[in-house]
Amino acid sequence: MISRFDSVVVRTAAKILVPFIQVFALYVVFHGAKSPGGGFQGGAMLAASIILTRFTAAPEISLRYLPDLWALRLGGVGVLIYAVVGLLPLLWGAPFLDYGALPIPGVHANEVRALGIEAVEVGVALAVAGIMVSIFDDLAPAGRRERPSGR
Amino acid sequence: MRFWAASVVVAVTVLLLLAGGSLPPLRAVDSPISRTVEAYYVENAIRDMDTPNIVSAILADYRGYDTFGETTVVFAAGLACFLLLRRPL
Repeated sequence: MISRFDSVVVRTAAKILVPFIQVFALYVVFHGAKSPGGGFQGGAMLAASIILTRFTAAPEISLRYLPDLWALRLGGVGVLIYAVVGLLPLLWGAPFLDYGALPIPGVHANEVRALGIEAVEVGVALAVAGIMVSIFDDLAPAGRRERPSGR
Repeated sequence: MRFWAASVVVAVTVLLLLAGGSLPPLRAVDSPISRTVEAYYVENAIRDMDTPNIVSAILADYRGYDTFGETTVVFAAGLACFLLLRRPL
């Protein structure tokens, strides 16, 4: 079992860093269509921030970020978002994943394609982040870690 | 046994090094990889969709089906880890 890293410096630094990592991860995800970045990268950063709390914070605090089974559910929701966004164009007679066919009033088809890319990236990010945290929790369940010695 | 294993490793290494010499140079415009859809992607990505990031455009639109498969594979891997590694608390 992984034990909590027993150092005030590490714990405090992690506590301060986690929100910034998460904000930057959201930036990487949502700006992925305009600048380098995207779902896989942003999702990995999001997962890294939560795994950092798993390492440094007490289990009950870390589980407040993402409860035990919710990581896997989040991964499923991500895949579902991708699938639903991909299936929507079928309703308007376009092929699977052809986002440009979605008739959003006032938005040009090119921009709809960009929006489709963005929606899909969000799904990818949720899937990657959820699954990474889920695999980490499979290997080291957050509620069952040993307390640091001498506490 | 160990001698044969070593000779196989050396033979494969030599073979790969020899074969590597005949690969097309990196980023060569006339290499087989660049002669199919790559030119279309580079020329039309900006026009087809409103993103300056061609990588995202290829990843999530032109090759969206692949990316959907990748995401599903990631999820399947997580599900397999869950089923194999998780022990009841």
